[in-house]
Amino acid sequence: MINPMPKSIDRGPNLSAERFVKRYRSEKCFKYLGLFAIGIALSMLIVLTSSIIFKGHSAFWQTHIAIDVQITSEDVASISNANFRGITRTSIRSEFPEVKSRRDKKQLYKLFSNGISFEIKEYFFKNKIQSGGIYRVWVKASADIDMLRKGFINRDLEETNRRISDKQLKWYDQLDQEGRIEKKFNVTFFTAADSREPEQAGILGALVGSILTLFITLILSFPIGVGAAIYLEEFAKKNYWSDLIEVNINNLAAVPSIVFGLLGLAVLLNWFGMPRSAPIAGGAVLALMTLPTIIISSRSALKAVPPSIREAALGMGASRLQTMLHHVVPLAMPGMLTGAIIGMAQALGETAPLLMMGMVAFIVDVPGNLTDAATVLPVQIFLWADAPERAFVERTSAAIMVLLLFLVTMNLVAILLRKHFERRW
Amino acid sequence: MNTFSFICIFLIVLSGAYIFGHRYALSSVKNSTELHSLPSYHGFYVAIWFAFPALIVLVFWYFIEPIIIKSILLESIRTTALLGSTTPDLLLNDIKNLATNSFALKSASAVKLELVNRYLELKSLGIYLKIVILFSIGMLGIFIARKKLSPKMRARQSVERVFTLVLGVCSIIAILTTIGIVLSLLFESIRFFNKVSPAEFLFGLHWSPQTALRSDQIGASGAFGAVPIFAGTLLITLIAMIVAIPIGLLSAIYMAEYASPKFRNWIKPTLEILAGVPTVVYGFFAALTVAPVIRGFGESMGLSVASESALAAGLVMGVMIIPFISSLSDDIINAVPQSLRDGSYAMGATKSETIKKVVLPAALPGIAGSILLAVSRAIGETMIVVMAAGLAAKLTANPLEAVTTVTVQIVTLLVGDQEFDSPKTLAAFALGLVLFVVTLILNIVALIIVRKYREKYD
Repeated sequence: MINPMPKSIDRGPNLSAERFVKRYRSEKCFKYLGLFAIGIALSMLIVLTSSIIFKGHSAFWQTHIAIDVQITSEDVASISNANFRGITRTSIRSEFPEVKSRRDKKQLYKLFSNGISFEIKEYFFKNKIQSGGIYRVWVKASADIDMLRKGFINRDLEETNRRISDKQLKWYDQLDQEGRIEKKFNVTFFTAADSREPEQAGILGALVGSILTLFITLILSFPIGVGAAIYLEEFAKKNYWSDLIEVNINNLAAVPSIVFGLLGLAVLLNWFGMPRSAPIAGGAVLALMTLPTIIISSRSALKAVPPSIREAALGMGASRLQTMLHHVVPLAMPGMLTGAIIGMAQALGETAPLLMMGMVAFIVDVPGNLTDAATVLPVQIFLWADAPERAFVERTSAAIMVLLLFLVTMNLVAILLRKHFERRW
Repeated sequence: MNTFSFICIFLIVLSGAYIFGHRYALSSVKNSTELHSLPSYHGFYVAIWFAFPALIVLVFWYFIEPIIIKSILLESIRTTALLGSTTPDLLLNDIKNLATNSFALKSASAVKLELVNRYLELKSLGIYLKIVILFSIGMLGIFIARKKLSPKMRARQSVERVFTLVLGVCSIIAILTTIGIVLSLLFESIRFFNKVSPAEFLFGLHWSPQTALRSDQIGASGAFGAVPIFAGTLLITLIAMIVAIPIGLLSAIYMAEYASPKFRNWIKPTLEILAGVPTVVYGFFAALTVAPVIRGFGESMGLSVASESALAAGLVMGVMIIPFISSLSDDIINAVPQSLRDGSYAMGATKSETIKKVVLPAALPGIAGSILLAVSRAIGETMIVVMAAGLAAKLTANPLEAVTTVTVQIVTLLVGDQEFDSPKTLAAFALGLVLFVVTLILNIVALIIVRKYREKYD
């Protein structure tokens, strides 16, 4: 018996031209969809960086005002005893003789940063001025005037709706016409620590704090990480324990950073009694956090060294430890260093665990050693982002630019190191 | 004598011990080939005999010294008249605080001043005693090592055994970290659950952890129902995933299937920059750039948008997550064997049809794993939500309202002054425990899926 042929012979593939057009169109659509997705991701990166740069570039310049300081020869002779607060105020008042009432004077002083008497004192001290007279000194304007100069304060608003009064505007315009208002490079931003006054705030304190913290992180996590990698890769017998350690390290790498903060708070601060807010405690937590990264990258660097090197060394009578320390580890070192730098870059950008370790305090001094209260760059950014003053917005962005610059440099070094020492066996 | 100079002296003596061992080994024989081990191993041998006993003394001292000082001080406290008002322990703490605070010391009473001086005296005596004991024990170690040294001694074996041991200890630190995390979270959480029942914590609908300072105030005991927090976390994670999964997956498909190797080598690290940007930067971006834009846009359409909307935090978090999905999925799609594609092409399928019908189904488990990893990353992410999401725990599914997350609550409960036995601070550890367990499960499941899938094609 022969089966009858199926009736519908036309059930073959549909090879009509329209269907081809449709299929190729969907093919093209799909491809461009992928490209579009990459485009969106890239444009996000561009929007992010450009918004930071757009917001932050103005922070590198600070508005300065020139005032003619009248100083007597007695005051010059004994600078450390002279009343510079008084000298500054009389000098300011003599510029605007029409200002009489106490309230107006107060407003007038508010054109300037409240630390200018120190600036003026330093000017006379540095320039070793020996005789009295009138000197033109450029001093910092207050944050509000700085914002006005940079165009962040709208003059057309009602007086009650802006931070600068009509009178202050008038004085500002008068000074501006005399060419006595200028934007100069903001040195303070790089030489000062945190301050309540935006124009006196800088990132040096946070930067030093970051460096001290990273130093602790590096000296703890690099030797321990490399040691652990060597042991796991070369000495540990493959058994239940080594599997457990391996799974454990992989999981540790994915634990949220804030959990490390909780660990640090409960164990390092409360149990071991390490000093709060100190780089040594913060660095220890970051070391635990970067340890998995360093172990994983060090292990892959060790794996990349070919077995022939080991066999040659063992064949020449070297012990296993000698083989490792004299031959394998030096060859794997560039890879390990690359991993360490990437781990350090991670640690540099980390904020959450350090909040738990109390590094969020308001600290006006540059930390001098590892147990001083300190803050770090990302935490400083976090603190400034919370500050209500408009002038801190641009400083936050500028601090972010500095942080990103450090991160880019570290990653570039890592890439160059890898490129330079990469060996094909 | 500060820590730095102490470390310096320790290192100098250590290298002295090494040199001594080295020289001694060489001087004990006429020809260096008569030695069993290289002279440097003899040096290491002596150095280890110095360092280990000394370090053990150091650790021991660290734990013993406070106890001894405490007992001596308590003895002298008992003889003073100060005890009437406070307990000895409180007084002791007071003295320790005074000793580090020269400003407060000026206004301290004479009796206290005497105690403070006694405390400082004991401390400095302790430091000298420590150094003397430490170095004499170390010297004893060197002396023992010298007795043991001989040309025939197997110094290399002993030194290598110690080195291997040290390396092993390094690898155990990773395990100790996990144990530390688990124990500290569990310990504090149990203390929390003694005060608040676990059922209330896990299923309660009301969260207001502020406990009153005095018992007669309104709301004297806070409410610890964490459901609104979990809901907020899920909402923000969901928004992030809605952003990250399509963009990440499509980018991965393009990179793996369409892009030229040159383009791929360039675009993949560029996308990974998104994951390398510190989260605090994203937080700033979300709070000061994205949130106002969303708010303005929503209000122009007549919607009421909270200034700390879940949408802003979720969107920015989604952008941060993109590379986690794109890079891992790209690797996984690349691991699908070429033979599957070739088979599909041979049947006349176009490239996109092959991808949709053959490659993606084959890669699906791995992609699911990468998405799970991304979810765990999003749940544990802290800074974006701290800066851009709200504080008030509200049970809502509206992305335009402010919600709060587990990580935000941990940070707000623990930053600032804290007393360590109030349910408020302990609640942070309970939340931390939930966070740890959830991310751990997600990670383990994801790793199992990815690993199983890889084995299939290897």
